[in-house]
Amino acid sequence: MAVLNEEQTMLKDMVSQWVRDQMPVSVARGLYDHSGGGRRDAITGFDKDAYAEIAAMGWSGILAPEAHGGSDFGAFSLGFVLEELARTLSPLPLLSSAMIAVSALRLGGNAAQQSAWLTGLADGSIIGTLAVDEGAHHAPHALSLSAARVENGWRLDGIKRPVADGMGAGLFIVAARGDDGATLLLVPADTAGLTREPLDQIDARRPAMLRFDGVVLGDDAMLGQGEPLLSAILDRAYVGQAAELLGLATQAFETTLDYLKTRVQFGQLIGSFQALQHRASDMFGELQLTRSAVEAALAAIDADDPQLPSLASLAKAMANETAHRITCEMVQLHGGIGMTHEHDAGLYLKRSRVAEQAYGSSSFHRERWARLNGY
Amino acid sequence: MEDQQFRQEVRDWLSANFPPALTGVNGLIFQGDAHAAAASKDFQVWRKAMADKGWGTPTWDKAYGGAGLSTAQAKIIAQELSAIGAFNPIRSYGTMMLGPTLLEFGTEEQRLQHLPRISTHELRWCQGFSEPGAGSDLASLQMKCVDAGDHWVVSGQKIWTSGADQADWCFALVRTDTSVKHGGISFLLIDMTSPGVEARPIVLISGSTHFCEVFFNDVKVPKGNLVGAVNQGWNIAKRLLQFERSSLSEVKTDVTPLAPIAHAMLGTDAEGRIADADARARIVHNAMRHAAYLQTVRRFNEEARNGGPGNGVSTLKNLWSGIVQRRAELLVEVLGADGLGWSGNAYPADAREATRALLHSKAFSIYGGSYEIQNNITAKRSLGLPDR
Repeated sequence: MAVLNEEQTMLKDMVSQWVRDQMPVSVARGLYDHSGGGRRDAITGFDKDAYAEIAAMGWSGILAPEAHGGSDFGAFSLGFVLEELARTLSPLPLLSSAMIAVSALRLGGNAAQQSAWLTGLADGSIIGTLAVDEGAHHAPHALSLSAARVENGWRLDGIKRPVADGMGAGLFIVAARGDDGATLLLVPADTAGLTREPLDQIDARRPAMLRFDGVVLGDDAMLGQGEPLLSAILDRAYVGQAAELLGLATQAFETTLDYLKTRVQFGQLIGSFQALQHRASDMFGELQLTRSAVEAALAAIDADDPQLPSLASLAKAMANETAHRITCEMVQLHGGIGMTHEHDAGLYLKRSRVAEQAYGSSSFHRERWARLNGY
Repeated sequence: MEDQQFRQEVRDWLSANFPPALTGVNGLIFQGDAHAAAASKDFQVWRKAMADKGWGTPTWDKAYGGAGLSTAQAKIIAQELSAIGAFNPIRSYGTMMLGPTLLEFGTEEQRLQHLPRISTHELRWCQGFSEPGAGSDLASLQMKCVDAGDHWVVSGQKIWTSGADQADWCFALVRTDTSVKHGGISFLLIDMTSPGVEARPIVLISGSTHFCEVFFNDVKVPKGNLVGAVNQGWNIAKRLLQFERSSLSEVKTDVTPLAPIAHAMLGTDAEGRIADADARARIVHNAMRHAAYLQTVRRFNEEARNGGPGNGVSTLKNLWSGIVQRRAELLVEVLGADGLGWSGNAYPADAREATRALLHSKAFSIYGGSYEIQNNITAKRSLGLPDR
């Protein structure tokens, strides 16, 4: 872990303490029904009361400007909050709203748009999320949902899925295909012609499928146009999702390590077997690479580093691979108990697979990194 | 302010004394090869200048040939050397490993005898640790050291001794008690010109003859050459291996970029990408891991400066060896048949060099504690996993 200043250390300790006291894995487990799928009544897919609680502590305003009630504490700080929360798979829309939606408004919003939305996003009374994906794969350069110019505004037709935290969101930042390429629009959830339905995903988080059926928006809904803005917003999403995967993978590793130190077979702790020790040591090395990549990318956001796109894809690809490998090993090293819904290993595996696909798979980010670096 | 003054002093002195012809030259060439060092007039001028100044071993006391400077000042010298593409011509096994050991465990007499000639790099040292039967399990070493009254008598064999055929002295681990394993080892300084010492170079798969096997046949060694107490050698060796590991992790990490070579050898597609999609995917994967490795080195260094855990050296070494070995394999794969030449003009010189580098890289996960030993250390120290 990088060296933190005093304020950051206090924040990190506060988050760890809160996670220990208020956010055990059983909260994420509570979103599942008995068969291992998502509960129908928990339709938002996240814990609204807990989100209000962390918003009251200021975590939803970490990236927001002080003029809009935020603390402007920086992406690096928000990154380790996301990481700590992801250790217990906390079902909270902090990444969607406090990282991605706030970034979108800071990067693209005019004064009126920022006034209208940032205060609510910062104090947690509004949840925002990015609606970018439409099909099986993250493909931000091949958007289908169209934004057609109409008198004094825009008309949207098409679908978006999966939209993370979309069932509880009050604001969608919609990436659409306009006449001049990518167009980003602010769409309140109650806009006429917009409907949403929950998707029962393996992590029980219930993202939304949005249908835009002749949704008409005013000119004031336009956040910005062009690839650079969309890419800049997505870079924040990539890095934030990578920070969550780092937290998930770190906890999956530590839980597995504890098991190696307590499980006895053949009259010995299985953690004394060299074959398993070496697998654990290798995983530890992968976690080190991943932590470095994630922390460097978070710092690059705060520094406005022109290398951010490359660093963001490096972080997401590394985090995807490491979380993938460690959640596989988590199940394998726990043996039969790791296959049961009763044990947490499966919850980590399922959440990991979702987060790996969210905002770009490993191959998406390796390809992006390769192009950015001349391969 | 004082630092700023000192930095200026270093700059002025370097610009007056560093031979410009050596700019950007890898100092390891001279460190590893006595003949190359003797043949280069520039190197000798540079070595002498640094030796006289004491800046090759800046933190050592002046009585030992150092300059009596603080660690902060030593760092400034290192930074200024690197800033102008210069290297420390005194750097050797002597300065990196034996020197710190004598400062910690040696007698004043031993320090005064050896350190001044290490700080001028007049004498070369080699490290006699491994034996044919004692590799990863180093403490099982058997080279006998018997008390013959007014001197020791040493007999046995060492192996993988870097530069032993060019070394003037050897610091060796010897067995002074056969009844216990770790507690029967002593640390001895042996003059390589003593009767009964014979060093034979070993030809490696890369063609290198840097490593030797060394035979000791009833070699007489003065009593005063034993460092620390009799049978205390294992503790000294463990400390010394920490010096070795910390200097290994400083290993330069800049490498030839693979992309231009891959473009040239494999062609490009319509979008300018490496045309062989399978090779490209594997090259990119390795390049990304390499980038994350460099970030990790920076992070560990920053954490260490701020008093971090500092137990990551084994992890770092395994990451480094794995990533660099893979990279060397990919480079030779991309070179195709051009990468299979041993000698001759039919093969481009840089391709032959890449191939030798690949063969040499196989040692990275063996020397300085093998991959397996490093993972044992990580499991125990970083992860707290139990012993059998």
